[in-house]
Amino acid sequence: MLRYFAIRFARALITIALVVTFAFVVLRLSGDPALIIMGPEAPPEVIAAFRKAWGLDEPIWRQYIDYFGAIARGELGRSMRDGRPAIALVAERIPATLALTLPALLIKLCLGVPAGMYAALHRGSLIDRAVMVAAVAGFTVPSFVLGLTLVLIFAVQLGWLPSGGQDTWRHAILPIVTLGIGGAAVLARFTRSAMLEVLGQPYIRTASAKGIPWRAVVTGHALPNAAIPTVTIIGFMVGTLIAGAVVVESVFSWPGVGRLLVVAVANRDLAVVQCILLLVAATMVASNLTVDFLYGLLDPRLRGARAH
Amino acid sequence: MADIPLPRTRVARKLPLIGDISPFVALAIAWVVAMLVVALFADWLAPYGLTRMDLRNRLALPGNAEHWLGTDELGRDVLSRLIFSVRISLLIAFGATAISAVLGTTLGFLAAHFRGFVEQIVLTLADFQASMPFLILALAVLAFFGNALPLLVCLIGLYGWERYARIARGLAIAASAQGYAAAIRQLGATPARIYFRHILPNIASTLIVSMTLVFPEVILLESGLSFLGLGVQPPMSSLGNMVSYGREYISRAPWIMLAPAVTIICTTLAVSVIGDWLRDRLDPTLK
Repeated sequence: MLRYFAIRFARALITIALVVTFAFVVLRLSGDPALIIMGPEAPPEVIAAFRKAWGLDEPIWRQYIDYFGAIARGELGRSMRDGRPAIALVAERIPATLALTLPALLIKLCLGVPAGMYAALHRGSLIDRAVMVAAVAGFTVPSFVLGLTLVLIFAVQLGWLPSGGQDTWRHAILPIVTLGIGGAAVLARFTRSAMLEVLGQPYIRTASAKGIPWRAVVTGHALPNAAIPTVTIIGFMVGTLIAGAVVVESVFSWPGVGRLLVVAVANRDLAVVQCILLLVAATMVASNLTVDFLYGLLDPRLRGARAH
Repeated sequence: MADIPLPRTRVARKLPLIGDISPFVALAIAWVVAMLVVALFADWLAPYGLTRMDLRNRLALPGNAEHWLGTDELGRDVLSRLIFSVRISLLIAFGATAISAVLGTTLGFLAAHFRGFVEQIVLTLADFQASMPFLILALAVLAFFGNALPLLVCLIGLYGWERYARIARGLAIAASAQGYAAAIRQLGATPARIYFRHILPNIASTLIVSMTLVFPEVILLESGLSFLGLGVQPPMSSLGNMVSYGREYISRAPWIMLAPAVTIICTTLAVSVIGDWLRDRLDPTLK
C-alpha cells in the first residue's frame, strides 16, 4: 500500500517536472522574448537592459536551473505587458472560472452518473437509447457550437437570457449549461459502460444466485466495482476545473482564466501563459493523485499488490 | 506418414459483407466519402472563389439561385467558403492523425523492443500526455511559435500519440512471444523488419480502429483552436474559423455559423459511427 502511494507520488512529481521543463523549453527557445516584447526597432541598449532585467543574458542551462528555483519559491514572473505579477493576474480570474466550472461539475455528476446507471440497469429501454444518443451528441458537438446554438435559441430568438458578459447570475446560466450538458453526456456514457461491464461479471451472477435481492446486488456488489472507472473520469473532470472552460469562456466573453489564457497567447505574454500552464498542471496532478489514493481505498486488490 | 494439418493459430477474420451494413453506417460512409470528394475537388466544386465578393448580394438568405447557402456580410458565397474550409480542416485532420499514428506506433515498438529504461521513458511521457489537457499545451506552443500551417499540423499531430503507443507496445510484446515472430527472428531478420513487416500487419486492424476513434477528436481540436483565432489564419479558412466569424452575425445571418457547425457535427458523427462499426467488426477485444 505504502509502496503503491510512493510510486504514484513520484510519478506526480515527475509530471510536474516535465511540465516545468516543457514550459521552459517552449517559452525560452521559441524566440527572443526581448525582441518580441520590445519590437525589432527598439535600440540595442534597451534590449540589453530588458535581457538583463529578465535574466535572458545568462547561458541557457543557467536559466533552466534558475527557473526551477524561481518556481520553487513561487516566483512566476510579471506579465510582460502590464508589469503586474502573473500569479496575481491569474489568481483574480480563478473565482470567475470556478463560478462556471463548479456548478457545471455538479450538473455533470447529478445528471451523468444516474443517467448512465439507469441506462445500464435498463439496457435497451427507451431511456437507455436516449442516453446513448445524448452521449454521442455530447461527444461530437463541439462546445462552441453547443454554446452558440444555445445563444441563438435563448438569447437571440427567445430573448430570455443574455448572450455574454458577467454582470448578473443570469449571465452564468448559458455557459454553465453548455459546460454541464457536454460533460454529463460523456460521464453518462462512461458510467453506463462501466456498469454494464460489471453486471456481466460472474460475481454478480453468484450474488443473484445466492438469493440476494437485486437491489442489494446492485448497491452492494455492482456499484462499488463500477465506481472505480467512473472515479477516474470524475477525477479528470475535477482536474480540468481551472482549464476546462477555455472555449466556453471565449464564446460567452466570460472573464475567467481561460479567456486570460487566450488573450495572453495572442499577446505572447510569456509569464502569464507559463503561470496558467503550471497552475493547470498542478490541479491535474493533484486530482490524479487524489484519484490514485481513492483507488487504494476503493480497490482492496491494490492494497497488497505491487504497483505497476 | 499421414498428413497432419497444421493447427491454425489465427482464425481468418470474416471480412465485412456489404449486405449487413446498417443504413446508419452506410449513411456515415457516404458522408465521409462525400467530404473527401469535396476536399479533393474543391477547386472544381466551389461555385465562387474563396474571397470573391458580391457586394450587391451581402447577407443574402440561403436558398437563392446564385448562392445556395447565402452570403456573408462581404457578399462572399458561404457554400464556396464551406467547401474550401472542409478541404483545410480535413487536410489538417488527416495529416495530424497520420503523424500521431506513426509517432505513437514507433514509440510503442521501441518500448516493446528495448523494454527497461526506454519503456519507462515512453510510458512516463504517455502518462504526461494523457494527464495534461492537450488544448492548454497546444495553446502554449502556438503562443510562442506562431501558427503557420505546417506547425499547426505537427502540433495537432502530437495529439493522441500515447494511445497508439500503449496499444502498439502491448500488442508487440504479446506478438513477440508468438511463433511467427520467433521464426522470423531465427531466420535472421532485423528488428525493424520484424516489427514493421511482420508484427505491424498483424496488429494493424487495432491501430486503424484507434485512428478512427482519434480522428473526430482531432477535427474538434483543430476547429476549437481555429475558433479561438489561434489555429488556421485568414485568408485561409477552416470550419472552426467559419463558426467564429459567423458568431458576429448570429442574430442577422445565423446560416453563416450554422453551415460549418452542421458540417463539423456530421463529419465527427460519421467518423465515430464508422469507428464503432469497425471496432465491432475487426477487433472485439477493444472495449
